[in-house]
Amino acid sequence: VSASRRKRSQSSDDRGFRILTGAFAALVLLTVFALAFELARQSMLSITKFGFGFWKGTTWDPVSGEFGALPFIWGTLYSSILALLISTPIALGIAIFISELSPRVMRTPLTYLTELLAAIPSIVYGLWGIFVLVPLVRKLELATPESLKKIPLFNGPPLGVGMGAAALILAVMVIPFTSSVAREILKNVPAAQREAAYALGATRWEAIKVAIGYGKTGIIGAIMLGFGRALGETMAVTMVIGNSPQVAASLFKPQYTMAAVIANEFTEAADELYLHALIEIGLLLFVITIVINALSRILIWSMKKRSSRVITIRPLAASEAAA
Amino acid sequence: MLRTSFVSLSIALLLFACAPKEQTATSTGTETPAVNGGAVINGAGATFPYPIYSKWFDEYGKAHPGVKINYQSIGSGGGIKQLTAQTVFFGASDMPMTDEQLKAAPGPVLHFPTVLGAVVPVYNLGADNTAQLRFSGPLLADIYLGKINKWNDPAIAKLNPGVKLPATEIAVSHRSDGSGTTFIFCDFLSKTSPEFKQKVGASTSVQWPVGVGGKGNEGVAGIVKQTPGAIGYVELIYALQTKIPYGAVQNKSGAFVNASLDSVTAAAAGVNMPDDFRVSITDPDGKDAYPISSFTWMLYYQKPADKDRAKTMVDFMKWALTDGQKFTQALGYAPLPKSVVDKELQALQKIQL
Repeated sequence: VSASRRKRSQSSDDRGFRILTGAFAALVLLTVFALAFELARQSMLSITKFGFGFWKGTTWDPVSGEFGALPFIWGTLYSSILALLISTPIALGIAIFISELSPRVMRTPLTYLTELLAAIPSIVYGLWGIFVLVPLVRKLELATPESLKKIPLFNGPPLGVGMGAAALILAVMVIPFTSSVAREILKNVPAAQREAAYALGATRWEAIKVAIGYGKTGIIGAIMLGFGRALGETMAVTMVIGNSPQVAASLFKPQYTMAAVIANEFTEAADELYLHALIEIGLLLFVITIVINALSRILIWSMKKRSSRVITIRPLAASEAAA
Repeated sequence: MLRTSFVSLSIALLLFACAPKEQTATSTGTETPAVNGGAVINGAGATFPYPIYSKWFDEYGKAHPGVKINYQSIGSGGGIKQLTAQTVFFGASDMPMTDEQLKAAPGPVLHFPTVLGAVVPVYNLGADNTAQLRFSGPLLADIYLGKINKWNDPAIAKLNPGVKLPATEIAVSHRSDGSGTTFIFCDFLSKTSPEFKQKVGASTSVQWPVGVGGKGNEGVAGIVKQTPGAIGYVELIYALQTKIPYGAVQNKSGAFVNASLDSVTAAAAGVNMPDDFRVSITDPDGKDAYPISSFTWMLYYQKPADKDRAKTMVDFMKWALTDGQKFTQALGYAPLPKSVVDKELQALQKIQL
């Protein structure tokens, strides 16, 4: 009797547990939808007034009530992509070194230090940016030869603050995220993969390539995680980017990001339309984040489909074999 | 005139997150349980006067055990919004409420100036050049419009005879965060330059034709300190506390006045005060008046529902406007001139108790 009772109560425990965890999972979904709904509701004035023109408008004039988001969208995407270009090779280098090449004694301290970078509050990065990075960037800008300054990428006054400083600080902030995840991915590549490569006569570099190839989708995921982090970063960026809404390719020119304009102007925006325009910027940032996440999912998914492809190992050249 | 603290920012973001439920987002002024059997009164608004307000509430609380006044420095815009939504008993703002904002409030709202602040131009002519410069409204407007972009421009040289001006470019910097400081500065430039008024105008955030934005007084001051050739504007209090040198500004009578607590109070004395106290005192009359000055206001409903709290706050206001003014100078605020205090004491009787 007692056994069957225990069985019954166990199954009801199971059901209760399932319902409970299911409810928590549903909470996440609910939060996302509620967020989107509220953002849309709170920006109705701006949505109805500007329509799709809001996306491509380049004016941001709170005095006359003219609002357009393009300079902020541009600044957000441009700074994040630049940050990704700088941080990805470094982050992957760190991950590969720690997981594949570093002496065992250095592994733990190195891991710990990179993860420590992720724990530094962004305001601290911002202060470091103002006092260390920006003067450094200004020196670089002053040293830029005039001939280079004719290229749009390096055109502008040597202020220090601007897109270049923002991209650099974002890169530093993103590196620990990308490298920690990439390191975990590499760590989880089965030893058999490397052993098989070595058995086929692979060099160390080739064996690492095999491991990277095996963890490719995960590494792309790590990079996208860094991208998401860069898109939403607010405080450190606003402290060094110069906060001037303009669409410019130049690294020297001050620009603006979506998260930064919300943080900067929300507190003192008393006018209804102004407030709604700021919240619509938040909605756009939300949409852009979702689109980019979806794109990275599709990328990973399509790579998984093709992952049956065989990784080729270059046969040893005769000269190398002789050596 | 706004010192955006990170606390206020995070509170603002919090409000942002739960904006639809504003009525319940903060504890309501009328329902908070009383401490020591007395009343808890909640207010919210401008960050610029936060240091003096917290000093006042503290001192007043000591003299009146049981009275507890909470103030959240969430920004002027937030203060007006919360007052309108009646989630706080009183609001505070660096800008007077507009006619539309007054109309949106559920009852008539009264403005009471509490202290004065000012905005000063700061600049960096290079490491070895510590000359004290003189500016005028039209000159500052042309610099901020990008029309004057070299320090040795004849327009600058004309106001500063004998000063060795470098041939460097002017790197313009301004506040990036919405701020009463920006409003006061632009208000002054709009009054003295028709072109600035037409192209830029005055608000807590404006569309600047040129320049980089620094976050907060410290952001602008940082840019100016680090960049040879830079110009910016910061709160007088900030410049005094951090000992940054600043320029003199020409007032309406033609005199070049250095901002000081006295010259700011003089600006308030030179103004023709309307009955509702909603007045801009930039570019005032008076030989000694510093022209980029402003009041900051507390906002009260004329017909408050909660008579007990209203009585306490009227008593507090009487104290703040008289005895309380002695705390202002130590904290870097300019006290109100007596003429304004007298008029306000009269106006306090309008609040229906």
